[in-house]
Amino acid sequence: MKKLVIRNIDQGALMKLNKILKNTFLVLFACLVLSACATSKKSTGQMQGDVYTGTDTVEYLASGVPDRVFFATNESVLTTASRETLRKQAAWLRKNSDITIVLEGHADERGTREYNLALGERRANAAKDYLMTYGISSNRISVLSYGKERPVDSGSNPLAWSKNRRSVTVKAN
Amino acid sequence: MRNLIILFLIFILPTNALGLIEVDITRGNLNPLPIAVSPLSIDDESKKNFEKTLKKKDIGSEISKVIEKNLKTSGLFNPLDKNAFLQAPDIAHLKPRFEDWNLIKAQALITGKVKNVDDKLRVEFRLWDVLAGKEMMALAFTTVPNNWRRVGHIITDKVYERLTGEKGYFDTRIIYVAEEGPKTKRIKKLAIMDQDGANNKFLTLGNELVLTPRFNPTSQMVTYLSYFRNLPRVYLLDIETGIQEVVGDFPGMTFAPRFSPDGKKIIMSFAKDGNSDIYTMDLENRIVEKITNHPSIDTSPSYSPDGKFICFNSDRSGYQQIYVMKSDGSNVKRISFGNGLYGTPVWSPRGDLIAFTKLHKGKFYIGVMRTDGSGERLLTENFYQEAPSWSPNGRVLIFYRETKTDDKGEGFSAKLWSIDLTGYNERLVDTPTDASDPSWSSLLSN
Repeated sequence: MKKLVIRNIDQGALMKLNKILKNTFLVLFACLVLSACATSKKSTGQMQGDVYTGTDTVEYLASGVPDRVFFATNESVLTTASRETLRKQAAWLRKNSDITIVLEGHADERGTREYNLALGERRANAAKDYLMTYGISSNRISVLSYGKERPVDSGSNPLAWSKNRRSVTVKAN
Repeated sequence: MRNLIILFLIFILPTNALGLIEVDITRGNLNPLPIAVSPLSIDDESKKNFEKTLKKKDIGSEISKVIEKNLKTSGLFNPLDKNAFLQAPDIAHLKPRFEDWNLIKAQALITGKVKNVDDKLRVEFRLWDVLAGKEMMALAFTTVPNNWRRVGHIITDKVYERLTGEKGYFDTRIIYVAEEGPKTKRIKKLAIMDQDGANNKFLTLGNELVLTPRFNPTSQMVTYLSYFRNLPRVYLLDIETGIQEVVGDFPGMTFAPRFSPDGKKIIMSFAKDGNSDIYTMDLENRIVEKITNHPSIDTSPSYSPDGKFICFNSDRSGYQQIYVMKSDGSNVKRISFGNGLYGTPVWSPRGDLIAFTKLHKGKFYIGVMRTDGSGERLLTENFYQEAPSWSPNGRVLIFYRETKTDDKGEGFSAKLWSIDLTGYNERLVDTPTDASDPSWSSLLSN
């Protein structure tokens, strides 16, 4: 069910891309589907590894367009799921070219305050770079790191921390 | 602040005595020195006068309470119960009957006298070696009456210095972040207080997020991070005038600020495009210099007291570790090699040690190591604690500690704690609200 939705959105986006990008995109998409199948078995509850995969805190920029992506501890690498979310965001942003966004980067509470500020900035920029490769101009995107200052879940447990390690795309206008 | 204080230091008598009592502060002190703090005596007229102006019934005994609390908090002294004192304060100040003080096992005695002189507060005090039956020190101060607590702190500093051989840290202030509200929407304000928690004052209103305040060497200015207009930037605040200005107005986030030891520069991190490097800004001519140039996160810089080196943390090895470099950015060397992650290095004012936060197997530690990374010593372990700041004499560290929340995400608190370099004498530092990011000032009177 979920995969079907992805395909529809991706196909919509594909039509606007040139042929070269189209091929790359198909390869990426194939990888996505394959890796999703390969790793889904390891998933435990709402986390995969220590990356949050649930939807508890997720809000939507538009129907089917989640506003946030999640990260592993101390990491700023985008997971397969994060890239999928960001592609949806890119497609939505291309359709709504007047919208500008802020990418708010966050860390969990298990790190020193200053390092976490830098880590939040790095995470938000990972999201920014990915959106840019999907055609979103950098002047529509600003980045704001909150470090560990604005957790979404006040819990002191691995699940809460996984929800807090995030980059949230917020409409700026 | 300083300009307002008229502080005269008069030596009544040359301190000729060779003190027999000594306090060793290099080891954990399990037998704090028994000391008697006789309430400072005061004549009736002065008493009435100060009662009117200061709303304190007996300012002499109030000052002695400040001294007592300081001595007790240091962990090196054991102030004795006043009810056991046999000699009247005014007589003891003139000539103590040492047998009486010996009887209650006091090894040192502080006596003093308070007087109103032309609406000023005149305080004299003497420190006595009870066993040797000798005066060790005698000093007098004249100041504006409102400074009475500071007089207590200065007397403690003098006593501490006389008995330990090292400068004290009692006439100092702490700047910190006062916290309120739920963890997900914390309200944070800059706050300042005396080292003993008195005279707490909020410096910002809490409209914007503020973090990591740090004093300049003269403790009149503070540099900190503010999210004013949602632009996280390094700011400068003059404590007396309340004037704030942005100093790190770069095209991106500036954070982790500290002053150079001469107070002329601010060193900070600047984050752009996912990379944080260390920069300095000269406050006079506003010239900016890039100190590190590496695609990793470089942050939490802190100068050595001679200004020749900088310690900082970086994840260039893959994980957060502590590095030392020359102040121009050359000769970068990793110094932390133990198990775990290392952050927030702060150079000791004595120059010989670096304090840090360590994360290992889910626990946070405050520790110290030599500046080459050897001799690592962990002082305290907890669920979460970080950001040590040194007392000006390099003997005590203040830091903040956060509690774990329960299953419902409740029960969160953040508090300031202090611990001696020896690893002993861990204490909660009282603050009116929750608190974090403490920074210890220099000695206000030198």
